[in-house]
Amino acid sequence: MRVALFVTCLADLMRPNVAFAALKLLKLAGCTVEVPETQTCCGQPAYNSGDRATALTLARKVIDEFSGYEYVVLPSGSCAGMIRAHYEELCKDDPALLVKAKKLAASTYELTDFLVNVAKLESVPGDFAGSITYHDSCSGLRELGIKQQPRQLLGKMGQVEIKEMSEAETCCGFGGTFSLKFGDISSKLADNKCENACATGADAIVGGDLGCLLNIEGRLRRKGDRKTQVLHVAEVLAGKLD
Amino acid sequence: MEIHSNDFKARAREALADQELQKALKLVQVKFVPNRAAAAAEYGDFEALRDAGRDIRNRALENLDLWLERFEQEATRRGAQVHWAKDAAEANAIIVDIAHKNGVKKVVKSKSMVSEECGLNDALEAAGVTPIETDLGEYILQINDHEPPSHIVAPVIHKTREQITELFHAKHHKPRQTDIGALCREAREILRPHFLSADMGISGANFLVAETGSTVIVTNEGNGRLCTTVPRIHVALTGIEKVVPTLEDLSVLLRLLPRSATGQAITNYVSMNTGVAGSGDSDGPEQFHIVLLDNGRSRVLGSELKEMLRCIRCGACMNHCPVYQAVGGHAYGWVYPGPMGSVLTPSYAGMEHAHELPHTATGCGQCSAVCPVRIPLPELMRKEREMQVDAGLRPWTERLALKLWGWSASQPWLYGLGTAIAARFLKGLGGEEKLIHRLPLAGGWTDGRDFPAPAGKTFRELYRAKKELH
Repeated sequence: MRVALFVTCLADLMRPNVAFAALKLLKLAGCTVEVPETQTCCGQPAYNSGDRATALTLARKVIDEFSGYEYVVLPSGSCAGMIRAHYEELCKDDPALLVKAKKLAASTYELTDFLVNVAKLESVPGDFAGSITYHDSCSGLRELGIKQQPRQLLGKMGQVEIKEMSEAETCCGFGGTFSLKFGDISSKLADNKCENACATGADAIVGGDLGCLLNIEGRLRRKGDRKTQVLHVAEVLAGKLD
Repeated sequence: MEIHSNDFKARAREALADQELQKALKLVQVKFVPNRAAAAAEYGDFEALRDAGRDIRNRALENLDLWLERFEQEATRRGAQVHWAKDAAEANAIIVDIAHKNGVKKVVKSKSMVSEECGLNDALEAAGVTPIETDLGEYILQINDHEPPSHIVAPVIHKTREQITELFHAKHHKPRQTDIGALCREAREILRPHFLSADMGISGANFLVAETGSTVIVTNEGNGRLCTTVPRIHVALTGIEKVVPTLEDLSVLLRLLPRSATGQAITNYVSMNTGVAGSGDSDGPEQFHIVLLDNGRSRVLGSELKEMLRCIRCGACMNHCPVYQAVGGHAYGWVYPGPMGSVLTPSYAGMEHAHELPHTATGCGQCSAVCPVRIPLPELMRKEREMQVDAGLRPWTERLALKLWGWSASQPWLYGLGTAIAARFLKGLGGEEKLIHRLPLAGGWTDGRDFPAPAGKTFRELYRAKKELH
C-alpha cells in the first residue's frame, strides 16, 4: 500500500514525534510511506473562520500534493474530517476540482481508522504500562466515526488498562480559534474534561487530535497537575522512536 | 425584545462567575441529555424517525406559500381569521387592534417564544392591556421584573428552586415554600381567577396543520388549554414556517418533538385548535385569530440558511451544547439561545446586532447529532461566518492574520522557515518547565491555560535531517 502521510501543521510545529510515531506504525503495517515535502495545512482554520477563498487555495494545494497516492493518512480526526467531510462542499463550484476532491476524500483516513480497517495492523510495539483514559475528539467521532478504532489498537498492548471517563464524547473546549476568541468558556470546558478524566485515576489522557491534547494539557498544568500525562494515541501505540 | 447579542463575551464571563446559575445549569446535563438519550433508545429506530421529520419539514418548506394558502383556506372555512404580519411591529399592532376592538383589558398567555420575539407584552401594556403569563416558568419570569427566558422550552432553567422560593415569598407575601408541588399550587391559586376573568387568551403554535387549518400546541401544564378555550377570544401567534401539510405529517413530528425536548414519549397535553366554537360546543372561543409572522423568515427561506427553518423548537441543540451548558441562555442576548439561536438571531435581528453569535460554538457537532430534523447547525454557523467575511464584518486584524497565514501556508519554503523560527521561539518561552504561562497575542489561551511548548524543531526539519543521514 502506497500511503502519503499528512503530518498536519500542529504536529509539524508542536509535536513532531506524533508524526514520527504515525510513520513507524504505518511502516509496521506494511505500507510504503511517503511524506510529500511541500505539505503545510489542510485549510481548516480559514474554512471555519469563514475565509472561503483562503481555504480553497489551500485545499487546491492539498489536492495537488496528495492526489497521486493510494491512501492519505493523518494523525488527526479533525484534519482528516476536513478533507473527507468538507472538501466536497468547499470545492463545489469548480467541477474539475470537485472530482479530484471527492476522490481524495475517499482515499483519506484518520490514522487509527486506517490501521484498524484498511491496513489491519495485528500488533503494536507500544510499551506504555499503566492506565489510560481516552478522549473522543469531536470531528473524529462525529464526522468519521472514530470510536472503537483507537481502543482496539490500545487493547493490543498487554499492559494497558483503559478506564473510560464520563462524558468522553463531550467537547474539550478547543474548537480551533474558539479557544482564543472565547478563552474563558474554552478553559471552563477544558476544566470539565480534566475533571472527568482525572476522576478515573488514569495515568494518561490519550486522544487522537493534538489541538484537544494541547488544550487539555494546558489546563491540567495550569491547575498544578504535573503528573497526568497527555499523549497522542500514535505516541502510545508506537512506543520508543529511534 | 431588546437585543444584547454583541455583549456575548461579557455576559458569558458573568455567567461563568455566577455560582447560582452554574448550579441551576447542571440540570441541563443531568436531566435533559440523558432523558433524550433514553427516549430515543426506547423508541427504536429514532434515526429513521429523524429522517422522516427532516423530509416532512423540507416538503412543507419547498412549497411554503402553497401550504400557507391551504392553511388559511381551511382555517377560514372553520371560522378562524388569519392575519399576516411582515414583522414584529405589525404582529403587535394586529393583536392590539383585536384587543381594542373587543374591549379587552386582560389577556392570559400560554408560552410563546414568537411573542417574546415580537416583544408583545410590552406592546400590550403600552396599549392598556394587561398580559398575564400563565406558563409556570414564564409566570416566574414575569413577576421577576419581566426577566427574559433563557431557554426555549424551559424558560426558567437558569434559576434554582431556592431562588424561586425567595421570589414567591417576596412577591406573593406568603410563607416560604420549598416543595415544588407547593410552589406550583401557590402559582395556580393566583393564576386560576385570571383564566376565568380574562377577555382574551394568547398562545403560540408548535405546528400549523394545512389540511385542517388547526394550530397545535404541545405542553405539560394545563394552562395552554385554558388559555385557548376559556376566554371568548383566542389569538394564536406563530411563525409562517410552522406549517406542515397533513395530520399524518404532524403525527411524525409529535413523536420527535417531546422525545427530543424533554425525553417524554408524549407531553401531558397536545392541543389542536380548529376553528371557533360551534353552536353545540360547550367550550371554545367565539373568535379565533391566527397571526402568522414573517419577521425575516421568508428571507431565510431564500438563503443558504434555509435548512434552519426546519426547526421545531425542541431545544435539544442547546441542551447538548457544551457552550450553552457552561453559560446558559442569557449570554446569547436575545430570544433564541444556543446553536439554533446563533443561526437565527443574526437572520432575524440583523447580522450587525449579533455578529458574535456565529462564533460562539466549538464546532463539536453535538447539536446536529441530536437535532430531530437534522439541521446541520455547525455548517449554518460557518455559512454565517462566510457571510460576515464577504460583507467585511470581521475585524481587520483577523482578516489580515488569516490572509497572511494562508499566503505563507501556500509557500512551503517560507512556511518551513516561519515554523522553524516559531518552534524555537516557543521552546525558548517554555523554558525548563516546557510550559508557556503567558503567550503574546494569545491571552485568550493563556489566561486560563498554560501552553505546552514544542520540542524546538519542526517535523519537516527533523525528517529532512534523517533522510539526509540515510
